Amino acid sequence: MEYGLTSAIYVVAAILFILSLGGLSGQESAKRAVWYGIIGMALAVFATLYGAGAGNWYLTVAMIAVGALAGWFAANRVQMTEMPQLVAALHSCVGLAAVFIGINAELTLVDVIAIRGSGAAENFTGFAAVLAHKTSAEIAMLKVEVFLGIFIGAVTFTGSIVAFGKLAGKIDGKSKKYPGGHALNAGAALICLALGVAYCTGAGITAPSVTALILIAVFAGFIGWHLIMGIGGADMPVVVSMLNSYSGWAAAAIGFTLGNDLLIVTGALVGSSGAILSYIMCKAMNRSFVSVILGGFGGPQQSTTQIEGEQVAIDTDGVAATLNEAESVIIVPGYGMAVSQAQQSVSELTRKLRAAGKEVRFAIHPVAGRLPGHMNVLLAEAKVPYDIVLEMDEINDDFPSTDVVIVIGSNDIVNPAAQEDAASPIAGMPVLEVWKAKTVFVSKRGQGTGYSGIENSLFFKDNTRMLYGDAKKSIDQLVPMVG
Amino acid sequence: MTPSSALHLAKLGHEVFVEAGAGIAAGFSDADYEKAGVMVARSAADLVKAVDTVVKVRQPDEVELRRMKNGQTLLSFFYPGQNEALLKLAGELGVTAIAMDMVPRISRAQKMDALSSMANIAGYRAVIEAANNFGRFFTGQVTAAGKVPPAKVLVIGAGVAGLAAIGAARSLGAIVRAFDVRPEVAEQIESMGGEFLFLDFSDQQDGASTGGYAAPSSPAFRAKQLELFRSQAPEVDVVITTALIPGRDAPKLWTADMVAAMKTGSVVVDLAAERGGNCDLTVPNEKIVTDNGVTVVGYTDFPSRMGAQASELYANNIRHFIADLTPGKDGIVNHNMEDDVIRGATVTHNGAITFPPPSPKVAAIAAQKPKAKTKETTAEERRARELADFKAQTRSQFSLLGIGAVLMLIVGLYAPPSFLSHFIVFVLACFVGFQVIWNVRHSLHTPLMAVTNAISGIIILGALLQIGLGSRTVVVLSAISVLIATINIVGGFLVTRRMLAMFQKS
Repeated sequence: MEYGLTSAIYVVAAILFILSLGGLSGQESAKRAVWYGIIGMALAVFATLYGAGAGNWYLTVAMIAVGALAGWFAANRVQMTEMPQLVAALHSCVGLAAVFIGINAELTLVDVIAIRGSGAAENFTGFAAVLAHKTSAEIAMLKVEVFLGIFIGAVTFTGSIVAFGKLAGKIDGKSKKYPGGHALNAGAALICLALGVAYCTGAGITAPSVTALILIAVFAGFIGWHLIMGIGGADMPVVVSMLNSYSGWAAAAIGFTLGNDLLIVTGALVGSSGAILSYIMCKAMNRSFVSVILGGFGGPQQSTTQIEGEQVAIDTDGVAATLNEAESVIIVPGYGMAVSQAQQSVSELTRKLRAAGKEVRFAIHPVAGRLPGHMNVLLAEAKVPYDIVLEMDEINDDFPSTDVVIVIGSNDIVNPAAQEDAASPIAGMPVLEVWKAKTVFVSKRGQGTGYSGIENSLFFKDNTRMLYGDAKKSIDQLVPMVG
Repeated sequence: MTPSSALHLAKLGHEVFVEAGAGIAAGFSDADYEKAGVMVARSAADLVKAVDTVVKVRQPDEVELRRMKNGQTLLSFFYPGQNEALLKLAGELGVTAIAMDMVPRISRAQKMDALSSMANIAGYRAVIEAANNFGRFFTGQVTAAGKVPPAKVLVIGAGVAGLAAIGAARSLGAIVRAFDVRPEVAEQIESMGGEFLFLDFSDQQDGASTGGYAAPSSPAFRAKQLELFRSQAPEVDVVITTALIPGRDAPKLWTADMVAAMKTGSVVVDLAAERGGNCDLTVPNEKIVTDNGVTVVGYTDFPSRMGAQASELYANNIRHFIADLTPGKDGIVNHNMEDDVIRGATVTHNGAITFPPPSPKVAAIAAQKPKAKTKETTAEERRARELADFKAQTRSQFSLLGIGAVLMLIVGLYAPPSFLSHFIVFVLACFVGFQVIWNVRHSLHTPLMAVTNAISGIIILGALLQIGLGSRTVVVLSAISVLIATINIVGGFLVTRRMLAMFQKS
């Protein structure tokens, strides 16, 4: 009876999760969708607590309380520009939890088998009871699942920590590998596989099987760490969504282990969501998923074509004069806007330009920033109305009829080399065609290259003017002069 | 020459002279010129003696040309293609002649393109003349006294004059149709508010290759074209023909039988009258009325009928050309034959005839060929392509399904049944996930990640299931898992809510 009730609630929770993801198709419905997610999660947790197998009430409640407090604290403290780090950090939690639960499952399994050997099978409750009724084939399957759960979980854990470090600037964003590169990863993966086979068949090791699992976790952790260390900062959007996917698959693997359908469903949802996001990101950069994962932009790039011309600088007075005459303005924000926290100033500028009757829109490239949709969140925080914030495909045709484009701290996503220079490392990547507008202002800190290290021929075009300096300061100076 | 452009010329270091009474017709008195620092010469002959560079509007006649001497420069319309005798004379006299009608059609030279300026005026004036001779409104009206249909205007040839005519006729309220042998001008016609009469003919010419001018068309094309005009003749009230091919007589496009088919009171304005006219019945410099009451206007002096405007624009063209001739702004003419524009317009220089010029280094107009191609895909082709796409899609889906089915069978053969029941759930969930996530907007990807992150905290269930059992290690590990999973859940959801609350509509 109890079991039936729990299952019923699980079904409700699973549907709520699906609705929650589906609701994200629009800004307004998304607000409702989050509540679906929260209710679904609450139902799932209570059903599990209420159902068979739960115990240690005080400990559980205490842990939930502490965790909730910590989560609440983290969510409210974080700056919107730090969102990528937070998401990465949270992924590592799921990974670690998956590793622990996997090891627990093995420990319990060992206990259960030992006790079953002594013939007292009927005294188990919850998960142990499930285990106790398994046949040997099922137990073999279970071991495979445990192996997968721990492996994916460990990769997710260390990978997320490295991603967090890189995004937070605590680790150098440049690509870094040990000598041997991917051979090391492959070696570690092979060792994991060997250990996994040994663990599953029980052959060749005399030590407790848990040792094998811990070793697997250690080696998988190394893979995660080394893999993400080798990926440059510009590819972080893909990495974060990929880790997101992994955390989902880890949850699904654990769900198999525990025979819990809700875990499986949710894990699969999260896993496929992350996979699709990664795919979209890769497509936006015109690179295959494998080339991103095997490390791409980090190393020094040889510039294939020498760019002729010079970067012409301009001061804020000049920009303001042009803006006052312009009728249509498109702003292209990038990671540089996030770094200098310029979104409030940009919003203020937008407000004044719109008040002066000018058409102001924002063009967002799919991989602008360090997280999918990063720019939209920042602009939303600064109260820029979302209906003037457009995607690349929606706005790319409008650049030729636009008077002024302001590029704030973005580089590769507006690089004409992607279309003009077949030898460029970013050749073929879809870019915002800002150079087709009448005038382009580029707000940039200095003359250096962007994250990818590729020279940007946009800066050398005749209709481009460079506004050097911190984006926030430049825009702040600009605001009183326009309108 | 207008007083204001004289001021500009003075700034370039030139001394400016003008023939007495030259500006009267355009509304500028000699006193106006004197005020602008211009010296007034008593007669044309005196003027020519006093200056290095002579500026004129129309092509010079022999007497005028003979007044000039070696080393002087003449700026005027010249039509070197039709005036070989004059050209030879200029060469013999050692006069450097610059033909304003030969300024090449490139972007940089637009400011000195007198042909365009004059054509613009002619196009406008043609509509005014037509309206003057047309006994009805151009615009349609519904009045208390009855309904007035709008006039239908057909413009043949959509060059500068044609486009100006379309614009002027549109702003008077007429329905405007236009035809041109160059299909690429359809867009320009539509941009002026005209309707392009499309002629379905495979051998379309590409105007870009001839510097934006029309070229003679094939007999077959011409027959089709006349057929189109013949069908229009009974309908339209006003016809404005502007078709000219450089260096040739005007093509006959509006034949006598078309005029006969027109309604009484209709008007034909022939802007090509000077070169023989596009209409069979055109009498140059005259306005005639045919037997069936159609007025055919064959004036050749449309720009002169708007003297003030024409003078102003021509003076500006000349001023820009002289500015190019004196790059140093020091009043010294530097006749740079390397310059595309100057080279193109110069027909005699230092005693030699330099006509025709070599083709300019800069292509006048970007070729537009690919565009025409895409237009030609018919509905059937499109359908065929869609069908092919659909088939390819079906094939790939079927093969994917096939591979999936085989994999499932293999799993089913070896895995225990309890696993399979979970596996079905897993596969279905993946499928639902894929379907749902594709609909998520780009701008919501960060919230999506935060939500999925929070939801992946569902792993807490695993920890909850284990916390109640077994050894101390299990309990401790489970407890830690519960802790961090909770951080994940609460943090994820709260952050998502914070983000979504920020999205606002304007």
